[in-house]
Amino acid sequence: MQVSDGTDHAIDVRKAVKRYGDFTALKSITLSIRDNEFFTLLGPSGCGKTTLLRMIAGFEDVTEGEIFLFGDEIENLPPNKRPVNTVFQNYALFPHMNVLENVCFGLEMLGRGKAEARRRAGEILEMVQLSQFSERKPSQLSGGQQQRVALARALAPQPKVLLLDEPLSALDLKLRKAMQLELKHLQRETGITFIFVTHDQEEALTMSDRIAVMSAGEVQQLGEARDIYERPENRFVADFIGETNLIDVTVKAKDGSRVLCAFDNGLTLTCDAVPGIGVGQSGHMSIRPERMKLHQEMIEAENFRARVIENVYVGTDVQSILGLDGGMRLTVRTQNSDRGKARIFEPGSDVFVDVEFGSARLLAH
Amino acid sequence: MAGGAAGGGGTQGDTYKEARTWLLLPTWVTLSILVLVPVLLMLVYSFLTKEFRGGVIWEFTFAAYDQFFCDRGLFGDEPCSIEWTYLNIFWRSIWQAGLATILSLVIGFPTAYFIATRPARVRPLWVFLITIPYWVNLLIRTVSMRFMLREEGPLNNFLVWSGIADAPLQMINTNFAVQIGLFYSYLPFMVLPIYAAVERYNFSLSEAAADLYASKWTTLRRIVLPAVRPGVIAGCILVFVPSLGAFLAPDLLGGAKNFMIGSLIEEQFKGNAGNWPFGAAASMILLSMVLVILMIYARQQARAGGEER
Repeated sequence: MQVSDGTDHAIDVRKAVKRYGDFTALKSITLSIRDNEFFTLLGPSGCGKTTLLRMIAGFEDVTEGEIFLFGDEIENLPPNKRPVNTVFQNYALFPHMNVLENVCFGLEMLGRGKAEARRRAGEILEMVQLSQFSERKPSQLSGGQQQRVALARALAPQPKVLLLDEPLSALDLKLRKAMQLELKHLQRETGITFIFVTHDQEEALTMSDRIAVMSAGEVQQLGEARDIYERPENRFVADFIGETNLIDVTVKAKDGSRVLCAFDNGLTLTCDAVPGIGVGQSGHMSIRPERMKLHQEMIEAENFRARVIENVYVGTDVQSILGLDGGMRLTVRTQNSDRGKARIFEPGSDVFVDVEFGSARLLAH
Repeated sequence: MAGGAAGGGGTQGDTYKEARTWLLLPTWVTLSILVLVPVLLMLVYSFLTKEFRGGVIWEFTFAAYDQFFCDRGLFGDEPCSIEWTYLNIFWRSIWQAGLATILSLVIGFPTAYFIATRPARVRPLWVFLITIPYWVNLLIRTVSMRFMLREEGPLNNFLVWSGIADAPLQMINTNFAVQIGLFYSYLPFMVLPIYAAVERYNFSLSEAAADLYASKWTTLRRIVLPAVRPGVIAGCILVFVPSLGAFLAPDLLGGAKNFMIGSLIEEQFKGNAGNWPFGAAASMILLSMVLVILMIYARQQARAGGEER
C-alpha cells in the first residue's frame, strides 16, 4: 500500500477509522485511488466496503483520519458540498419525478439554467440509451432501465468521482453481464474515476483496473485483477477470489528464493519463498484447480500420485475430485475441449498430478 | 373460501362475486343504519315545521333554511336580505378550524418526523406518549384546559411570576382559548397519519437528494413532502373536519360570544328552547361543506395516483 503526496490521486484515504459505539467497522484504512481509474472495493458482506464508500460520499462521518479528493480535504463536508455522486444499490430514484426530471435534479441544484440542464440531461440519456423514456416515471421502467436512470442521474453533474454501491446486484445474470461491460465502457468514455463496491469477485475481476480486497474492516490486498488472482498475499484473499485448493504445509528447507514445503501426508512441493515463513514454520499452500494437469505417467520430478474419485461436468470444464495419500482431497479443473492435450480420466483411474511451475503459492495464516 | 363451490369450473368468477356480496352484507347494513338512515332523517327533518317545545310537525317547509339565510326583519314580513348571524358563526368556525389545522400541521409535522426517525424500537413508546392524554374523556380534558387558562390558573400564575405579563391575562372566553382547545383536542390526528407516512418513506431518497447537491431544506420541500403528502392531507382533514363541528371547546373555553357551528347545532336539540328543523338544516349545510372538501381531496388523490401509474 502506498501513501501518496495526494496531488495526482482522485481519492486519498488516510488512516480512516469508523467506529459505531464499541464496534469498529473500519480499522485504519489507508488507500489511494488514481484519477481516471476503475477501482473496486471487494469483500464479503460486513467487511466495511460500503461503510468506506458512504464515508467518501459523506453519508457516514469519519471517526478518525482524513479523506482527500484531488488534494482537498473533504471528510468534514456535508454530502451536498462534495463533488462526488453515488449510484445507490436500490437506485433511490425520485418516484414523483419522471426520468428527465430525475436526471436534471443535480444540475438544477448546482444552479445550471433549466435549458442547460435539459440539454445536458438529454445528452446523458442518449449515452445510456434512454432518450425515448424521458417522460416515464421510474415505476414504469424495468429494473435494468431504472439502473441506467440512476447511472445517468449520477453522471449528469459531471462528478469528479462516481461511487457505485453494488449497483448490479438486483439485476439478473445476463443483464448484469451486459451492464458490467457497459459500465466499463462508460468509465472509459467519460474519464471519470469510478469506485465500485461489490461482493461478487467475478464482477470485480471483469471490470476493475485495481481491486482492494477487504475483510473485517481492513484492506487485505490491493492490486490489479491479475495480481489478486494469481499472487494472493494471504489465505483470505486466495480463498475469497476464485476457487482454490488450500493445503496446510510446513517449510522443510530453503534454497535461495525457493522453499521446499511438505504436506501433512509427506508429499513435498517447491514454491517461491515468502517473507515471514522460515524453515520449520507452517503456512498454507494455494493451488488453483486450473493450474494442475493430470497425466498417465510421471513427466516431472515433482509430479505426485492420485486417484480420480469423481468427475463433475460444469460445462466449460470438467472438475475432477482427486484422492491423495492420507485422505487428502484436491480439485482439478480440466478444460472441456478435444483440442487441448489434457485428458479426462475415468473415476477410479490412477493418475499423476502436474502442478504448473509457479502456481503453488505459499501463504501466511 | 368459496373455492369449493366453484367446482363447476367456468363460473368461478361469478361464485366469488356472489360470496363477496354476502360477506359484505354486514358492512352495508351497519353503514346504512349508522350513516345513511340518520343523514336521510336529518335531511327530512330540516324540511319540517318546528314544534313549539322541541320536536317537529310533519308539514313540509323551507322555513329552517329561510331562517338560516334570510333576514326578514323584526316581524318576519320583509323581503329576504342576507342574514349575517349564522353565516358569521360559520365563517368563524371555518377560520378557527383552519387555524387549528395549520397550527397542528406546524407542530405536528416536526413531531411526526422526529418520531419516525427514532430507532425502530423506541418509536412505539413515542406514539404511546402522544396518545396518553387521549385516554381521558374529551370533556374532562377540555374542562382541565379551562382550569389551566383561567385568571388564577397555572399559566397566568407562571406568566406573572416570570414577568412576561404584568397582570393575569384574560384568556378564558376568548378565540385564543377556543383555538388552544381545538389544537389540543385534535393534534394526534395530525401526528399519527404523518408519522405513518414518514415511517414508510425511503430515506435513501433524502441521501440521493443530498448527494445531488440539494440542501436539507430543498430536500424536505422537493423530495420528502411530495412523498408524504397523502399523510399530510389525511392529517389536515382529520383535524379540520372535527374542529369545524366541535362544540365542547367553543362552549367551555369560548363562552357565549365565541360560538361555533357545533354549539349552534347542539343548542337546537337541547331542552325546550330548541328548534329541531333549524338544527337539522344547519347540520346539512355543515355536511355539504365537509363533503365538498372531501371531494376536492379525493380528486387530488386520484390525480396523484394517476401520475404514479
